[in-house]
Amino acid sequence: MSSVVEMRASAIAEVAALPPAKAGRRFATWLGKPTPGYVVLTILLLLYPWVASPFFTFQIGGQSLALGIIALSLAFLAGYGGMVSLAQMTLAGVAGYMVAILGSSNVAVSLNWPWWVVLPLAIAVATLASVLVGAISVRTEGIYTIMITLAIGVAFYYLTQQNYEVFNGFNGFPRVLPPSVFGLYWRDPLPYYYLALGVAALCFGFVLYVRRSTFGIALQGIRDNPRRMRALGFNVTAHRVAAYAVAGLIASLGGILFTWFNGRISPGSIGIGPLINILVIAVLGGVRHPIGPFIGAVVFVLLQNFAIDLVDRERFNMLIGTIFLAIVLFSPDGLLGLWQRLRTHFSARRL
Amino acid sequence: MTTGRGQFARWVLGALISAGAASGAALAQEPLKMGALATLEGPFTVLGQDGMRGVEMALKEHDYTAGGKKIELIKGSSNAQPDSAVAATRKLVEQDKVQILIGPLSGSEGIAVKDYAKSHPEVTFLNGSSAAQETTLTDPAPNFYRFSTDGAQWQAGLGSYVANNKKYKRVVTVAEDYSFPYSQVQGFMIEFCKAGGHVVDKNWVPIGNKDFSSIIAKIPDNVDAIYVALGGADAVNFLSQYEQSGGTKPIVGGSITVDQTVMGYKGRKKDYMVGTASAGPIADSWDNAHWKKFVADYKAQFKDGLPSPSLFAHAYYVNTKAALDALDAVKGDLANNQAKLRQTLSSMSVQTPTGPVKVDENRNAVADIFLTEVAKGADGNLFNKVVKVIPAVNQRLGLTKAEFDKMGVGSRTNPECK
Repeated sequence: MSSVVEMRASAIAEVAALPPAKAGRRFATWLGKPTPGYVVLTILLLLYPWVASPFFTFQIGGQSLALGIIALSLAFLAGYGGMVSLAQMTLAGVAGYMVAILGSSNVAVSLNWPWWVVLPLAIAVATLASVLVGAISVRTEGIYTIMITLAIGVAFYYLTQQNYEVFNGFNGFPRVLPPSVFGLYWRDPLPYYYLALGVAALCFGFVLYVRRSTFGIALQGIRDNPRRMRALGFNVTAHRVAAYAVAGLIASLGGILFTWFNGRISPGSIGIGPLINILVIAVLGGVRHPIGPFIGAVVFVLLQNFAIDLVDRERFNMLIGTIFLAIVLFSPDGLLGLWQRLRTHFSARRL
Repeated sequence: MTTGRGQFARWVLGALISAGAASGAALAQEPLKMGALATLEGPFTVLGQDGMRGVEMALKEHDYTAGGKKIELIKGSSNAQPDSAVAATRKLVEQDKVQILIGPLSGSEGIAVKDYAKSHPEVTFLNGSSAAQETTLTDPAPNFYRFSTDGAQWQAGLGSYVANNKKYKRVVTVAEDYSFPYSQVQGFMIEFCKAGGHVVDKNWVPIGNKDFSSIIAKIPDNVDAIYVALGGADAVNFLSQYEQSGGTKPIVGGSITVDQTVMGYKGRKKDYMVGTASAGPIADSWDNAHWKKFVADYKAQFKDGLPSPSLFAHAYYVNTKAALDALDAVKGDLANNQAKLRQTLSSMSVQTPTGPVKVDENRNAVADIFLTEVAKGADGNLFNKVVKVIPAVNQRLGLTKAEFDKMGVGSRTNPECK
């Protein structure tokens, strides 16, 4: 363990000392080596809506991408920062609420500002809120972080439910719809899917970039041994708060997409259930790699839609729970870890 | 690691696409597909299950056939949130390809499903038990029918009864803070204010509120009664805390306030509840052959059911029966976007356990409402005695369209008569 940390620490020192030109070359490979796998994945994802029905494009594909982005923000915090925050859906909800309040909806509270003002503002406010959550919670560790972020999430839930002047209370905002840009209605299955796919790809690439950046490597060092990193002269708190800012930015994008997906936002969208669902999605997929949350989201959305057909009547939530339990029990790294393990197993056999 | 990533991604996509293709292929259909959506999860699970019983009862009576076709029932579940109701509806309509959909259960869900219905004119939607006024009053969908009544209709007759017979002239209201109680308070106030009553203050509490002391302290001494529209545990909590604080004002109850949990209440003054008036779409103890048969059938079919069918089972039953009767009438003809079926639904009169029901021009039910009062039975137990059946209550509660439109649907501050 300590040797790993030493290696990381020296790597950080090296990266930090790089001259700008060399750092530029590093930037070129920030996505890692481009593999055939990526190309195939991209092609398949682009072709998917042409094969699938509108239901599968929108409700399964689109929803998985939107939820995956929100879960990605948690996977980033947990995987690279070692911080499990339950408030990611809350931050997504902050962005969603900003879109509803500043933009247009069925409710008189909405200000009806144009979308190109609303979206940057919503993202900025949610990122700022995330910094605030970070500032409050980063001095805690482990279960206390979970507790404090859960408390923040629940507090915001009750605030939206009981405040009528700004958040319109229990009913929230119906008919929060994406703008029609380029003559396209962005809530139709095809445009929505590609929009969500584009944003997901951006977030995915961004996380890959950040994890290899100086900041990302320092963050991983802090995850593994904060005391040593502090001794090396890194500002641990500042790095963690910055990680929250990155996570908040990602969560806000997912939140806006998810609000458009539902066409509405109300306290029920950010209650305790949805907060925990994001954790379930991230853990289900695995937090070691940014593809994990998207896999988790696909599995979660498929289960949510079709478990009722597999297990009749009202027992289907038990099936979701059982699958979750089985995955966590047999593979602590989620589906991603299960896959890695199978791969090692088979490649070892091939040798 | 890098190749693993690619291979894994390929696997995921393969799975996704094959799932999509498989679902597209499995669509060959003979029977008529009917979807039923209720809250089989979340806070209203018990109510949702009872709603499903209503659907199954109506189907069993029709022997799962209507208009010469077998009916295949596909169930969907929501958690009482509009998002989840729309997601489940979308799955039933777009994936399972149901031709008729019954549901949902609660008010905000109903509004969301009605909005969704507009984008699928080829499917006919019938309400479950959702009772928000806006569903059919504001921007209604031409293919959404509600053979059950809304929250304001449920209070028909109550306002004038307590003002004229009980001589209550000043009341305060205590109700939960969401659309259904807004409708209930409005339904009560329309008649109460017209009969010369005054609602001096309205208290709105969040669902699941535990501590009512601040509200109880605020109730003025010079009111004649308290109008309470709280459900389940909230109602029990309020009443017991009010009693403990020494309160003696009589209660006027909303449609889900004075149920068995409240009447089974073992407070010091059990007799205190006697005489509590309320109104709703059903009355457990109604002495009527059709109703008694409905209750007996319910008990026979569902051994694990509630002691008596709830208003949710009743509403789902009525809507499902309307769909099946109409299918019989048109002999299963669903051509031309189900035009014949809809024409029949709009004009037919459905025979229900609580009397005949027709729909108005917004496709909302005009039905009988029961005015009840808590009484003490021979065995000493409390029960809701039917005082009066208010016939053919419409959505505007006796107001003209102009009068009602001027007032608008109920909200925290609408209507007022201080």
